[in-house]
Amino acid sequence: MIWTYSLILICLIGAFAYYRQLSKGLAVTNMGDYVSWGIYISNFVFFVAISLVGSLITAIFRLSNMKWATPLTRIAEIIAVSAIVFASLIIIIDMGRPDRMLNLFLHGRIQSPIMWDVIVISTYFVISLLLLYLPLLPDLKIMIKFKERSSNILNKLYLFQGSFWRGTAEQFKISERAITILCITIIPVAFSIHTVTSWLFATTYRPGWDSTNFGAYFISGAFLVGAGGVVVAMFVFRKFYKLEKYITEMHFEKMGRIVVMLSLLYLYFNINEYLVPAFKMKSGEEAHLKGLFSGEFALIFWFAILIGMIIPILILVFKKGRKPLPMFIAGIMIVIGAWFKRYLIVTPTLLHPFLPMQDAPAEFHHYFPSWEEWAIAMGTLAGTLLVITFFARIYPIIPIQESITEQDETCMSLPPTKRHE
Amino acid sequence: MENNTSRRDFLVNGLLATAAATATGCGNNPFAPEETVALSGEKVKLLSVDGEIIEIDKAFLKPVPHMPPLTNSEERKGIEGKKFVMVIDLARCKNLKKCQEACNHAHSLNPGQNWIKVLSMQEAEESAPFWQPTTCMHCDEPPCVKVCPVDATFKRQDGLVLIDSDRCIGCRFCMAACPYSTRVFNWEEPILEEAVAAQPYSCETSMPQKIGTVSKCDFCPDMARMGELPHCVTSCPNGVFMFGDMNEDSVTNGAETFRFSELIKDKAGYRLMEDLGTKPSVYYLPPVSRNFPYESGLENLSPADKQSH
Repeated sequence: MIWTYSLILICLIGAFAYYRQLSKGLAVTNMGDYVSWGIYISNFVFFVAISLVGSLITAIFRLSNMKWATPLTRIAEIIAVSAIVFASLIIIIDMGRPDRMLNLFLHGRIQSPIMWDVIVISTYFVISLLLLYLPLLPDLKIMIKFKERSSNILNKLYLFQGSFWRGTAEQFKISERAITILCITIIPVAFSIHTVTSWLFATTYRPGWDSTNFGAYFISGAFLVGAGGVVVAMFVFRKFYKLEKYITEMHFEKMGRIVVMLSLLYLYFNINEYLVPAFKMKSGEEAHLKGLFSGEFALIFWFAILIGMIIPILILVFKKGRKPLPMFIAGIMIVIGAWFKRYLIVTPTLLHPFLPMQDAPAEFHHYFPSWEEWAIAMGTLAGTLLVITFFARIYPIIPIQESITEQDETCMSLPPTKRHE
Repeated sequence: MENNTSRRDFLVNGLLATAAATATGCGNNPFAPEETVALSGEKVKLLSVDGEIIEIDKAFLKPVPHMPPLTNSEERKGIEGKKFVMVIDLARCKNLKKCQEACNHAHSLNPGQNWIKVLSMQEAEESAPFWQPTTCMHCDEPPCVKVCPVDATFKRQDGLVLIDSDRCIGCRFCMAACPYSTRVFNWEEPILEEAVAAQPYSCETSMPQKIGTVSKCDFCPDMARMGELPHCVTSCPNGVFMFGDMNEDSVTNGAETFRFSELIKDKAGYRLMEDLGTKPSVYYLPPVSRNFPYESGLENLSPADKQSH
């Protein structure tokens, strides 16, 4: 209860801050003509990154026949859907003229990376929503069957959403086929959303952004933070809904290994991203890199690297570290480290423009978000968590039908002596 | 036949009558006589068509726009036959910032918004510092135009890159893309006189500015259409800015006119950040044999820059 109410409170404060922003303009933020993109944009990148987890666990694992991950698919998918919705919202919040949003469709330029982002994110949202809904149908039938367990309103909702599902072999065949096709298509779309988001930066000339590494670098980071988010959600749902039987220590063990691999991969891309320009120290990049390694951003930079990558690797490399509680801690570290990392991608570069920062107000020479920006950013994060929380209270967070089917299949594949009820 | 002619006559006459009625009825026609005018008592001497001096009450005078308003498509197309170019002579600049004053005033910019920034530059540690006025480069490969999602910033046939503040959604991608940091954003409501704020937006005057949109130097195409030079050019007492047309191969600062190609050749003109491939339309003449020492410009630094100098 405290959880839900605090999230609602944060959302309300964020909404009030946004009302202030709508009435006074973006001047309520601390952005200026140099730092023209601030934490709204870094939050946007963070959201798009986290939402990639849907494609990872639902699609990639499913297509690779990693059946142990089935109980986790719905958690992953709701995180994905919620995150991508709030990604779109924070981008609208960042616009100077949200009242002119229709111009994107009336006068859209297909040559612009922002249009590509609009297209791929909308596509990803639709596919993710379908991948949330289709596997939910058999579970809705079960919920309807046990109608005494849910309130009247919920029962009406279940009937509205799933009464046409009768569970016949025919319907299962269509559903399986549809889910497989969606899983296949979501993978290139998922790769696109984060690659195109990285191109919002990589298509400019600025030091720190002008990198050919960005697409792959962002995607590897996205998979990592998404996996970290799923681990946190796994632990929380398991604890509060007492799902130890379905989210077992085996799941943590396996996810732990995957997170280690993803962290090492992201670390590899980070080394490429920072070591290579640092070797050359081009004059345009020198101030930027020095600012990150030893200057004004050094604290955040090393925090993000240590907390977001190195320490989680060290925890999860050992078997004892892949137990639920240490994994939960590692997951939280990964997510928080990732948030600061996204901030480091957006702001430092903007504070090192090619031409000296002169003939501009002194406030423009540095950037620390205003309370409105913090409120709105935290509001969107709280909103994402709120959607996930409410979803888990309305629908079963573990796919019931799929777990049953899978348990049966696993059972039948064992020799008769090893099977049990 | 009779029927056809009379019906056609009726329709044509009817349309003409309606057109006449609307033309005189609308307030847009500056030549339609007003119903009632409150006399102000002040008299103005005018020359009549017959060559006589007549006195008219000032209240009868109505401002007539000096040029017909352009449609948005005409503004997006540009002035035919021109390819505007600017040459800035760094040997003459003393950081007077008269260019900045004139530009800011002419475009009613908010305090803190400078479309022209006079930067203190120094190429290498051992080379001498100099003052560099920086405008929008009106690039031939403009990165800002490439990234705009709604075609709010566009390149015209006369070389200018302009902004349509009626269409801009304020995403600020163009600001991220511009390597010259020339663009300025309206973070808050622009402070404008009522008369200016009431006008419809024109891409050529870049006025009136709107909140939540981006703005930048526009090379004053409204002045060019009247055969005049941009405000920065005319306001600089040292003749630093030279503006002209590459098709005519001439640039002028008002007092002196040069053949553009010869000027660039003689004085080794160059462009900023040539290696980025933006193909700017602003050429700089290197600060050789300077008219003023660099130090003479230090007193005019903005307070914020004085601190960090």
